[in-house]
Amino acid sequence: MNHNLFNYCLQLGDTSLILSHRIAEYCSKAPHLEEDLAITNVGLDLLGQAESFLKYAAEIKNDGTNEDDLAYRRKEKDFKSIHLSEIPNFDFAFIITRQFLIDAYNSLLFSKLSESNDETISGIAKKSIKEIRYHLQRSKEWIIRLGQGTNESNKRIQNAIDELWMYTNELFYDSESEIELSKEGTATLSSALEKEWRNITSRTILEAGLSVPENIHYSLQYGKDGIHTEHLGYLLAEMQHLPLLYPDAKW
Amino acid sequence: MDDPKKLAEFQEKIDADIKIEPRDWMPEKYRQNLIRQISQHAHSEIIGMQPEKNWLTRAPSIRAKKILMAKIQDEAGHGLYLYCAAETLGVSREQVLNLLHEGKAKYSSVFNYPAITWADMGAIGWLVDGAAIVNQVSLQGTSYGPYSRAMVKICMEESFHQRQGYEVVVSLAKGTPEQKQMAQDALNRWWWPSVMMFGPHDAESAHSNQSLKWKIKRESNDELRQRFIDKTIHQGEILGLTFPDPDLKWNESTGHYDYGKIDWDEFWNVVKGNGPGNKQRLNHNIAAHEDGQWVREAAIAYADKINSKTKTA
Ligand SMILES: [Fe+2]
Ligand SMILES: [Fe+2]
Repeated sequence: MNHNLFNYCLQLGDTSLILSHRIAEYCSKAPHLEEDLAITNVGLDLLGQAESFLKYAAEIKNDGTNEDDLAYRRKEKDFKSIHLSEIPNFDFAFIITRQFLIDAYNSLLFSKLSESNDETISGIAKKSIKEIRYHLQRSKEWIIRLGQGTNESNKRIQNAIDELWMYTNELFYDSESEIELSKEGTATLSSALEKEWRNITSRTILEAGLSVPENIHYSLQYGKDGIHTEHLGYLLAEMQHLPLLYPDAKW
Repeated sequence: MDDPKKLAEFQEKIDADIKIEPRDWMPEKYRQNLIRQISQHAHSEIIGMQPEKNWLTRAPSIRAKKILMAKIQDEAGHGLYLYCAAETLGVSREQVLNLLHEGKAKYSSVFNYPAITWADMGAIGWLVDGAAIVNQVSLQGTSYGPYSRAMVKICMEESFHQRQGYEVVVSLAKGTPEQKQMAQDALNRWWWPSVMMFGPHDAESAHSNQSLKWKIKRESNDELRQRFIDKTIHQGEILGLTFPDPDLKWNESTGHYDYGKIDWDEFWNVVKGNGPGNKQRLNHNIAAHEDGQWVREAAIAYADKINSKTKTA
């Protein structure tokens, strides 16, 4: 089995899986119905992306494992989701900021991955990039709307940006599988996306009348290495509840 | 009082199956009756998201989660069409939501029952959506144009929901003994509340006669209930599931199933707010609305800024 490719697919799939789960948690709680519909679209796209990557990972593993085994029967330490995707839905400002920071990252990552020499990865990326561009457009508009809206919304969105910024360092951390696979043109180095990501996010944050955090202490541990926030364990306990409780059942 | 001549013309249109459109003259009672029914229907779609949302984060497979997430999203969409249909009668979404939050508007009582196992996701789709379709197919023929068109759109999606729900029940009924028991248990709990969804018997139904005359409703509660029961029994029996009604029997002479006595005390109790989930459902909806207040205000403030900019430019 190609371990690097397997791990890399998990890394890509897990972040989407966990973020889509956070969005599922928010179901029926949006500020208005239109937003409930819109955010669910994003959640469904992410879940679809997760499914594609986990399916491919299962194929690489080639021992009868399927995508559901990987999602529902894997231990926390074997997940490779980034910390940012694990952050709970503290309020709408956190939800939008988390989405915006990841959308901006994914838009760069997936456009690079559409040129991957691995056909499955490039295929998934080409399909996903259209969805991601739409997600980014939407989260960007919300950042601007909230930044320029009322004093309260400005304060809340700035606070969310400040609080979440410490997790952005992980976006540009090169995992072992990325380093190996990028040599062959299969993956892309996360560190190579940093400059453009800073451009995209700063532009929107400034347009929203907000400020880009400076002098931030970044997180020293990374989900890509299987070390997670305290939040993930609870999320998995809930998500994996049925398959763990009824190990012999098929759903 | 409404002008008798106008009233007669209105009834002629109704009798000729000509749809009433928002700008047409209509009796005030017709308008009020429709506002009540459409907003009640809209609230049901929205409150109905909650029991299913309760299992969304515990859906046991990626496929099941995608289907459930899309289903709940459809219900939000149904709510939106219906609030828009109500708006054509001169009430804003804000107004009807306020009535809901003040406890002055009703929604379908069935959603006040708890969804306690994954099998409930099957039972709700199969039975609750199944009952809703019977009602909504009939309402496609309602006399008010925007309501009728909303029903046409909604019915297509509801039949998917019903099939997907039934598919969950099938997979459980064919699964391990524990899964089969889970399915049976869900059927036991959801059967009567689904049968009650059609409302009181015709003789006791407060709004029925006028609604039928104005073709707001096209068929009576009991006719619709019977249709639901007739189409559902076979679907349960082929899975080896039993319905919690010992009096349920095929009646050769009527060509319908006979069914047992409905517990109307329970029904009215839940309608009056004493169901297991009434408080919880309403509180959830109120909390989400209040949490979103600052976001809605920000969106309005931003839109105003943009508008005044384009005006001065
Ligand atoms: Fe619906
Ligand atoms: Fe439905």
